[in-house]
Amino acid sequence: MTEETIVNIGPSHPSTHGVCRIVVTLDGEVVVKAEPIIGHLHRGIEKMAENRTYLQVVPLTDRLDYVGSMYANWAYCRAVERLAGIRVPERAEYIRVIVCELQRIASHMMGIGSTGADTGAFTAFMYAFAQRDHVVELFEALCGSRLTYNYVRPGGVSMDLPDGWVEQVRSFVAQHPAAMMELDTLLFGNVIARARLKGVGVLPADTAVAWGTSGPTARGSGVNWDLRRDDPYSVYPRFDFEVPLGENGDCYDRARIRLWECVESCKIIDQALDQLEPGPVKAEGLPRLLAPRPGDAYDHIESARGSLGVYLVSDGSPRPYRMKVRSPAFCNLSVLPLLAEGHTLSDLVVIIGSLDPVFGEVDR
Amino acid sequence: MAFVDDLGAALDKTPGGGIILTSLDAVMDWSRGKSLWMMPMGTACCAMELIAASFSRFDFDRHGSIPRPDPRHCDVMVVAGTITRKMAPAVKRLYDQMPDPKWVIAMGNCAVSGGIFYYDTYSVIRGVDEFLPVDVYIAGCPPRPESLQDAILRLREQVSTDSIAPGKSRALKSELPSSGSPRKGERDAAGGDVG
Amino acid sequence: MNINELREHLCSQYPDLCPLFSVEFGDGVLVIDADRLHEAATDLRDLGFDRLGMVTAVDTRDEFELVYRLQSRQMHAGIFVKARVPRDEPTIASVTDLWPAANWQEREVFDMFGIVFTGHPDLRRILLTDDWVGYPLRKDYQDERIIRRPDYI
Ligand code: SF4
Repeated sequence: MTEETIVNIGPSHPSTHGVCRIVVTLDGEVVVKAEPIIGHLHRGIEKMAENRTYLQVVPLTDRLDYVGSMYANWAYCRAVERLAGIRVPERAEYIRVIVCELQRIASHMMGIGSTGADTGAFTAFMYAFAQRDHVVELFEALCGSRLTYNYVRPGGVSMDLPDGWVEQVRSFVAQHPAAMMELDTLLFGNVIARARLKGVGVLPADTAVAWGTSGPTARGSGVNWDLRRDDPYSVYPRFDFEVPLGENGDCYDRARIRLWECVESCKIIDQALDQLEPGPVKAEGLPRLLAPRPGDAYDHIESARGSLGVYLVSDGSPRPYRMKVRSPAFCNLSVLPLLAEGHTLSDLVVIIGSLDPVFGEVDR
Repeated sequence: MAFVDDLGAALDKTPGGGIILTSLDAVMDWSRGKSLWMMPMGTACCAMELIAASFSRFDFDRHGSIPRPDPRHCDVMVVAGTITRKMAPAVKRLYDQMPDPKWVIAMGNCAVSGGIFYYDTYSVIRGVDEFLPVDVYIAGCPPRPESLQDAILRLREQVSTDSIAPGKSRALKSELPSSGSPRKGERDAAGGDVG
Repeated sequence: MNINELREHLCSQYPDLCPLFSVEFGDGVLVIDADRLHEAATDLRDLGFDRLGMVTAVDTRDEFELVYRLQSRQMHAGIFVKARVPRDEPTIASVTDLWPAANWQEREVFDMFGIVFTGHPDLRRILLTDDWVGYPLRKDYQDERIIRRPDYI
C-alpha cells in the first residue's frame, strides 16, 4: 500500500465527455475512490419552465439531452398531451417513431465513437461520426436545424415530412447495418479495444436495477427492460424488433449493444416507413394557449440513454406549475463510483465513456 | 497575409533572390495566423458542432486549427456552450493558463449573451464576455460548423493587424474587463432587449 | 398489469395502504403521511416495486409535496407515492437504504428545495456550488441575478 494521492479530473477534460469533475483517490495507479462532482452545466431549465407557456418550453427541452434532442421533445410532449387530454394523429405518431429511432442512431454513434476514442481507436470515431452526420443532415432537411430540432410539439409534430425525405431515410437505413458491421470489426474486433473494454467496470444486474440505471447501461448487464417493449407507448407495439442484451455488464457489453440497437432501430424505421399513411400531423382544434386542468402527469419514453420521464404539474394556468425531468443519464452516472473502484485511472476514462453521459441532461 | 502574397515579387527584387526584407510583425502575424490552435472549451450543445467541425465532414484541421485539450498549447479558446456560475471559475482559470498572445471566440448564443438562458435562470452567466475578452462572436443556437470556420478566418484577419511591439498590441491582453462590462450594464438597465 | 389489477394486488397484500390509493391521469397514486413514508416504501418494495424511478418535490406554497415514482419490472406497472411535509421544517425519512438510486436524487431535492432527508448517507448539495444561498426551486426563491422575462403572451 503506497500513499494515496488525490487527482482532480475536469471539469474541462476531454475524457469526461462534457463538464464533469471527478475527484479520484488513487493508490498508485489504482482507483480507490472516484467521486463525480456534477452541476457544472446546471442551467435551471426546470425553473425557467415555470415562467413559459407550454409551447415555449419545447425549445428548452431540446437543450437537455443535446445529443438526442428529439427524445426530450417527445417525452415532454407526451406529458403535456396526457395532462391536456390531446389525441395525436396516427401519422404524427409514426413520424415521431421514425425521427426518434434515427435520433437513437445519431446518439449511439456518438457513444460508440467516443468509446473508440477513449480506447485509442480514433478512426472508429471518425467512421461513427460519418454516420451521425448523415442523420443530422436528414434532420436538417426535416426541421432546419442540426441539433436543436424543436420538432415534436404538443399534439403532433411541427410540420409534415419534406418531399423526398422518405427515400433519403430509406437509403440511409439500407446502408447503415453494413456500416455497423464494419464498425463492429473495426472497433470491437480490435484486440486492443477488447483488452481495454472486456472485464472493465462490471455492473451486476441487481446493482443496475437498485441504482435506477436504465437503457444500454442496464441492458448491458442483462437487465431485460426496454420501455418500448415493456411499457409500450405510441405505435411501438406494431413493430417487430429485438432488445439486445449484454451478459457480463462490462464496458464491452455496454458499448457493443449500442451498436446492435442501431441495427434494430433500422428495422423499426423500415417497418414504420412501410406503415406510414398520409394524414394530418397535428391534432385538430388545439387552442393557441394550452391551459390544462389542474393535476399532475408523468410520462416516459425510452431514450438513447434510458427511460427519460417528464413530470408536469399544472395549476390550470397556461404555464407549467412545475416541471421535473427524470433524466436517465443522471441515474446512470451515479453508479460510476461503484464501477471505477479497483480499476486503473486509464480505465476510469473508458468507464465514463461507456456510461455515455450527456451533461445537459445530467445537470439540467 | 500580405507578406505571402508579395513573396514572389519581393524575391525578384532582392539581389540573388534568397533574401527578403520584411517587418518582423508581418512574419509573426503570418505565422501566428496559420496555426491558431484551439482550446475547445465545449460545455454544452454547441460543443457537438465544435466536434463536428473538426471531423472529416467539415475538416477543420486544414485551416491549421487543431483542437488541443491542453490550454498551454493553444492560441485561441473557443467557448462553445453555456457557462454557468459553477463553471465560470474553471473557464477563467484555463484562459489564464493559455500563453500570450491569446484570443477568444464566443461560439453560440449562450457564450455570446446567455441566449435562450438569458431570462429566468439563476445559474447561467449571460455571455462569456462578462469575464473574458472576446474577439469574435458567432451567433446561432447552435451555429453551423461553417460559421466557426468563418470565425477562425476572421480572427486570422484580426491577427494580421497585430503588432508584437509592446504597447501596440491588441493581442497581449493582460487586463480583463471587470465582470459586468458597461455594455452589459446598459443593456440590462434598458430592460433587456435580447432573448 | 393494469391499474385495477394493481389496486387489487396492493389491497390483498397490504390492506392498510388500500384506502390511500387513487388514480390520476391513468397513474396509480398513493398519498401517505410523511412519518409513515419509509414503512410504506418498504411494503411497496416487498410488493415488487424494485426500481425507484424518480424522487422530486413540488412547492405547493403551503407545503412541500414529495413525489416518488416507483416501478416494477415483474408487474409492468408504475405507481406514485406522495407525501407532504411542512414548509417551515421539511424533514422526511430517506429511502436510500431501500433503493440506492435515491442517493443522488434526494441530494438533488435537498439542493433545490432544502428538504432534509434523515438517514441519508451523504446529504450535500449536488448541482449547485456548496456555498449557494437559498433553494432555487422554491416558489419564493429570491435572487437579484434573475432577470424576469417580460410577459409577451
Ligand atoms: S447557444 Fe444554443 S446550442 Fe449553443 S450551448 Fe447555448 S443553447 Fe446550446
